[in-house]
Amino acid sequence: MPIQTPFHPRTSELNSNLDWKDWGGYFAANSYNVVNDFEYYAFRHSAGLVDITPLFKYKVTGKDASLFLSRLIVKDIAKLKLNQATYCCWCDDKGMVIDDGTVMRFGEDDYFVTAADPSYSWFSRFVKNLDVHIEDITDSYCGLALQGPTSRDILKLVCDADLDRLKFFWTTSAKGDGFEFKISRTGYTGDLGYELWTENKNALKLFDAVWSAGQDYNIRMSGIAALDIARIEAGLLMNGVDYHSSLHALIPEQMSTPYELGLGWTVNLERESFMGQRALKEEKKNGSRWATVGIDINWPDLERLYYNHGLPPHWETGAWRHSVPIYHRRHLSKQIGYATSGTWSPVLKKNIAIATIEIEHAKPGTEVNFEVMVEHQRKTVRATVGKPQFFNPDRKRSILENSIP
Amino acid sequence: MSKKYDAIVIGGGHNGLINAAYLAKAGKDVLVLEKRHVLGGAAVSEEIYPGFTFSVCSYVVSLFRPHIIRDLNLAKHGYDIIPMDASFQPLPEGDLGLCRWGDSARSRREIARFSKKDAEVYGEFSKVMTHMARLAKEVIDNPAPDVASINPKELSALLRMGKVFKNLGPELLQMNTKLLTMSSADFLDLWFESEVLKGPMAVSGIIGTFLGVRSPGTAYVLLHHYMGELDGAFRSWGFSKGGTGGVSNACASAAKSFGAEIKTKIDVAHVKIEQGKATGVVLANGDEIDSKIVVSNLDPNRTYLKMIGEDNLAPEITREIRRFKLRGSSAKVNFALNGVPNFCKKRDGLEFMKGDIAIVPNIDYAEKAYDQAKYGEFSERPYINIVVPSLTDPTLAPPGKHVMSCFVQYAPYNIKEGPEHWPKLADKFGDTVQNTIKEFVPDIDSLVEHRQVVTPWDLQETFGLTEGNIFQGELTLEQLLFQRPISGYAKYKTPVDNLWMSGSGTHPGGGIMGSGGELSAKSILREKVI
Repeated sequence: MPIQTPFHPRTSELNSNLDWKDWGGYFAANSYNVVNDFEYYAFRHSAGLVDITPLFKYKVTGKDASLFLSRLIVKDIAKLKLNQATYCCWCDDKGMVIDDGTVMRFGEDDYFVTAADPSYSWFSRFVKNLDVHIEDITDSYCGLALQGPTSRDILKLVCDADLDRLKFFWTTSAKGDGFEFKISRTGYTGDLGYELWTENKNALKLFDAVWSAGQDYNIRMSGIAALDIARIEAGLLMNGVDYHSSLHALIPEQMSTPYELGLGWTVNLERESFMGQRALKEEKKNGSRWATVGIDINWPDLERLYYNHGLPPHWETGAWRHSVPIYHRRHLSKQIGYATSGTWSPVLKKNIAIATIEIEHAKPGTEVNFEVMVEHQRKTVRATVGKPQFFNPDRKRSILENSIP
Repeated sequence: MSKKYDAIVIGGGHNGLINAAYLAKAGKDVLVLEKRHVLGGAAVSEEIYPGFTFSVCSYVVSLFRPHIIRDLNLAKHGYDIIPMDASFQPLPEGDLGLCRWGDSARSRREIARFSKKDAEVYGEFSKVMTHMARLAKEVIDNPAPDVASINPKELSALLRMGKVFKNLGPELLQMNTKLLTMSSADFLDLWFESEVLKGPMAVSGIIGTFLGVRSPGTAYVLLHHYMGELDGAFRSWGFSKGGTGGVSNACASAAKSFGAEIKTKIDVAHVKIEQGKATGVVLANGDEIDSKIVVSNLDPNRTYLKMIGEDNLAPEITREIRRFKLRGSSAKVNFALNGVPNFCKKRDGLEFMKGDIAIVPNIDYAEKAYDQAKYGEFSERPYINIVVPSLTDPTLAPPGKHVMSCFVQYAPYNIKEGPEHWPKLADKFGDTVQNTIKEFVPDIDSLVEHRQVVTPWDLQETFGLTEGNIFQGELTLEQLLFQRPISGYAKYKTPVDNLWMSGSGTHPGGGIMGSGGELSAKSILREKVI
């Protein structure tokens, strides 16, 4: 039985669709409206507001906090500057990814970590005799994601922080009207956007401030369904969908390394030892089993299949999250991978997917065959392998130079 | 009686009925003889008090093999299992207790009240146990290969099993060794820190054995309770609709549909043995019924010492069978109640009570309960596993009233006064159980309309389980696989030609599983002895 986030009094009022799902044991709105496209369009054209409280949140403090996190995470967290944030993942000793999340450095010895899965037990195993303290603040802190081109303008009305100069993946403290919160320029949409973090007691004040400031900027509540479209467009992976935590996976085939997930850029291999380092060094030398890629699914092919049935092309509205076989370009009986999630991308006007492909077929530009179901018949259409990140607008990283006083 | 059957099955427990069903399905002429007026053996439903149906002995179902349901078309014959969602552990002093649910996030929050780490490790533990249970599945769904034999068939069976082990990989293989050798308390210590959480988990390892949670070898039994399978999903337990007798009745109905004959209230005195061969049975009234083979669904002790008789056994076999450990350690107390026994008034609703309720606040409690049993006393504060199935299946009791089944350990068969004194102790024992429950359900006394105490002595005298052992022999490593019941006769055969066994006392043994009955019938059919 999921519990309610501190924003529930507001989100439940706005959820005309009563479409809730279980996210980490919390009620999370899957959509707020029967027709929910607009929840997605808000991310790309104005601002969508998502209750992200269910993310697992940890406060890591102590003299050895940097050392501790650097041993645990494949990225060298000690290099993170004050107020900087980073996306990262952590592995088991075989180099298999356990989870991914964000680490933010709020103070010299004060870090804030978000994760998709409960991680307290895993983190605790590495405390040993270090001067470090892990506090699970999942249930005492709440979060809102404000994502979209007008998010900066909205947020400026809410607080005093210097948002014009706050760079992508940096954080700042902020004061609203009678409450304090943290802002990180992070998100799960690949757009200009912010995540706002505060103690539960400030939840409704924060919500009301953002919501009322957003009224002139077409702010909308956005559900998980809309978020899913945006994150696939941005090529952002989801634990439990595009990969499985090695703590839960039953067989090696269900586990992935950072390199296999396309997260090699988050690995700082040459440094003091960290969890999974030896295995990752081996992999770097010997190669990976597969790669995580973006798939561009040929639309005219699909159109033609429907045309043959006397139908206009039809595709699921919204994102999907199930496994779809991908076959060799010439040998249709040879499966070379599988898609794990996908969507019609309204902003790209393309049919896209995130997929796991055997390494020798994973080079960008490789032609493959993608399974589709047309009128109850299994068919294939052509598709092209590429990088997972399909949508990456300039505004995501933009700073407003001319605003420097 | 001139008719000669292909097979006579002694004992109408679920394994005997399944055995008969498989044989009858293969076209054999089968007769099942049950001593009691009701079928099912220990998987039996009886309306002990008007309107109240008790699962008198075994009370939940999980291990029943899915392929038996398919082979015998049991769903059509009334096999109907209602899953249980929760597992509740009340705690003293008005605590909320610990409830584990099908909803994993909900369970995580519940466990986190006692240990945050344990709450998260719980999933990792389940993962390992899933692997282990898969392995066990391979073991329980096949006759135990004989390690002492060089017969190519045995060797290939061993090889196949070896392959499954090998495929586990080194880490899980090590885990398997630990599981086979450690105590359930030690094994759980590898993962968990909360004594509260470990309490109800550890006792899975001692059910039906005369061992404590800290006795080596009990971790394996823990697995035995972890590999439940309902509708193909591992780790789920359920209630049989109408009580566990529902399973037996479905098996009986299936057997009859294949042409088997089933007779109740027929007391078999012993197996008729001529020149070392079983040729039928001799009834207590002196009548004889002839058959080509006889299948004993009784426990190894009764089969060897009563059905065969010492005169027909080599002394070393007799010695070995006497050493086969039965040592009953548990009892049942069944209550007819005039209302809901609420085990935690602080909790909303009654959902938390619709699964099992385990009175075992921590590991020490369980071990202390064993301490007394070691010296021939029943536990003053026993481990009690309670279900109130009428909350889920209202057909079991009149509206608003309930049946409450309590599995109680330890109630040693070998009580210091002597096992035959159990009937005199039954009331005192029943009071002990009721008083233990009273700590959590203060108004229990006023709820009780009737109370049925099934002591180890009753399990022996009424249900034919020697020394009251619910598994027809303890599930300890030395009594499993090719050593169940004794080496050399682990493949459902006995030293007497044409006398076979099918009960829980054979491989793989224990629980409402049906494997003994099935594997025995398949062995008989494979050998074409009938």
